[in-house]
Amino acid sequence: MRTQNTLKLFLGIAALFVMPLVVSAQEGESHIGKLSGHTGAGKQLYFRYCWGCHGYRGDGNGENAPYLNILPRNFVAATFKCRSTPTGTLPTDTDLYNSLGRGFNNSNMPSWIELTDQNRADLVAFIKTFSPRWKTDKAGDLIKVPAEPKLTVESIKHGGELFQKLECWKCHGQEGRGDGPSASTLTDSNDQPIRPYNFAAGSRFKCGSTNEDLYKIFITGLDGTPMPSFADVIKSEEAWDLVHFLRTLQVTHKSPELALWGSTKDGAEQIASRRITGTPTGSGIKQ
Amino acid sequence: MRANVGYIVGLAALAACAAIVHAGPNGGTISGKVTYEGTPAKQKPIDMSKEPSCAKQHATPITTETVVTGPSNALDNVVVYVSAGAPDDNPPGQAAKFEQKGCQYIPHVLAFQVNQSLEISNADQTSHNIHPLPKVNREWNKSQPPGSAPIVDKYDKPEFIPVKCNIHPWMHGNFAVLKNSHYAVTEGEGGFSLAGLPPGKYTITAWHESYGDQSQDVTISGSETKTVNFTFKAKPY
Repeated sequence: MRTQNTLKLFLGIAALFVMPLVVSAQEGESHIGKLSGHTGAGKQLYFRYCWGCHGYRGDGNGENAPYLNILPRNFVAATFKCRSTPTGTLPTDTDLYNSLGRGFNNSNMPSWIELTDQNRADLVAFIKTFSPRWKTDKAGDLIKVPAEPKLTVESIKHGGELFQKLECWKCHGQEGRGDGPSASTLTDSNDQPIRPYNFAAGSRFKCGSTNEDLYKIFITGLDGTPMPSFADVIKSEEAWDLVHFLRTLQVTHKSPELALWGSTKDGAEQIASRRITGTPTGSGIKQ
Repeated sequence: MRANVGYIVGLAALAACAAIVHAGPNGGTISGKVTYEGTPAKQKPIDMSKEPSCAKQHATPITTETVVTGPSNALDNVVVYVSAGAPDDNPPGQAAKFEQKGCQYIPHVLAFQVNQSLEISNADQTSHNIHPLPKVNREWNKSQPPGSAPIVDKYDKPEFIPVKCNIHPWMHGNFAVLKNSHYAVTEGEGGFSLAGLPPGKYTITAWHESYGDQSQDVTISGSETKTVNFTFKAKPY
C-alpha cells in the first residue's frame, strides 16, 4: 500500500516536470519583424479558413482537395516553393507570412490580405506545428540579392544567351510560353502534372512580381516542383541579365525591359510577332 | 535434365564462393544469391531523340531499368543489407559517386551510408537537374549544366530515395541511404556477400525498386559463412 502511494507521488511529480515540456513543444511561435504569432490563435483561424483545402492534419487532403488542379500544400512534408533560403532548407517565418498575403498565382490559393497582419502571423505559427522538421531544423541562411545593375540592351541579349545555355527553354519554351519539349512530361513531387510558367500570359510570378522576386526564384528553385536551383551554377550578374531577358518575354506586361527591347529593331519585330497569341490576361491587350 | 545441370553448377559455384569467403580474416560472412521467379516486366526502349547529344552515345537504344536481370534468373540492382542486429557505423571517408552519362544514371542504384558524402557529376553535353524525392530527408532540386563542378551533399536519415531529372523524364535512379557498412548491391550473377560480421543475430533485408523488400533472420557464430538466398516474385506488368 505504502509503496503504491509512493509510486503515485513519484509519478505525479514526474508528470509535473514533463507537462511544461509538452506544452512548450506545442506552443510554437512565429516572428515576422516586430510581429509575434501564436499557435493557439493560429489554430482557430486555420480551422476556420484553411482546413477546407489543406485538411484537418495539414497534409493537403482537405474536403476540397480532389477538386483542385494544383493540390493544396502538404504542411507535413514541409517543402515550400517560395523561400528566401537555399533549396532543401526550411523557409523563414517571413517567407510563409508573405506567401499568405500574396496568394499563389495560377493556383486556387487566394491572397489572405483581408486578414490582419497579426492573424497571418498566428497562422504561420500554427502551420509550423504540422511537421516535426520545424523542431529539429532551422530556416536556411538568407539568400543575398545584390543591387540590380543598370538595364542595358547588352544585358537583355546576354540573358537570352543564358536562357539557351542553361536550357531554360527545354521546359519554358523558346518564347517562354511554357511549351518546351519536356513541358508535357513534368510532374511535381506528388506525381501530379505541373505546367512550367508561361511568361507570355501575365506579369505575376509564383513568388511575387518584382525583379528581385524573379532573381530569387533562380537561386532558391521552387522546392517540390521541377524548377531547380541554379545557386551553384550562375553568377549574380548573370542572374540579373536573365531577369532582364525574361521580362521581355512578358509581352503583355509593360516593363522598362520590354520598352527598351522594343526600342531596338530586332526587339520590336520580335515583340510584334509574339503579341497576338497566348492567353490574354494582361492590360496591354485590346479586346 | 537441363535444370539439374544448372542446379549442380549453381551448387558448385556456391561452394567455391563459400570456400573463398571462408578464408577471410575475422567475423562471419553472409552470402547468397538473389533470383526472381515468374516473368519480369519487359523493359521499354527509351526514345532520346529529344536529346541528340545523349542519343548518339548509344549505338542501340537503351531500355528502362526498373527490373534488370542476369543469367539463370538472377535479379540485379537489389540492395542487400543488415537492417537489424548491427550497430550504426560512422560514414566512410570516401564519397559515394553518382554519374549522369548518356542521359542515364550510373549506377542505377547507389547505396551509401547515412552522412556519407555523396558526389553527383554530369559527364553529358546537356544540362540535367538532379531531383531526389525523399519523404523523410529534405528535398532539394539543383540544376547542373555541362562542365559544372560536382554537387556534394549527404543525407542524415536512412531512406530509399527515388531520383529523377525533370528535363529528361526517362531518367530514373535510386539512392539507398543505409545505417551501417554491411550492404551490397547485386549485379550480373545476382550474388552478394556481407563479410566481417561479428557473432550475433542479424536481420538481412533485400530491397528491389519494383518488387519491394524481403527479410530473413540469420545467426552467426564464429567465423562461419551462412547462405541466405532471396527469391522475388516477378510481376509481368
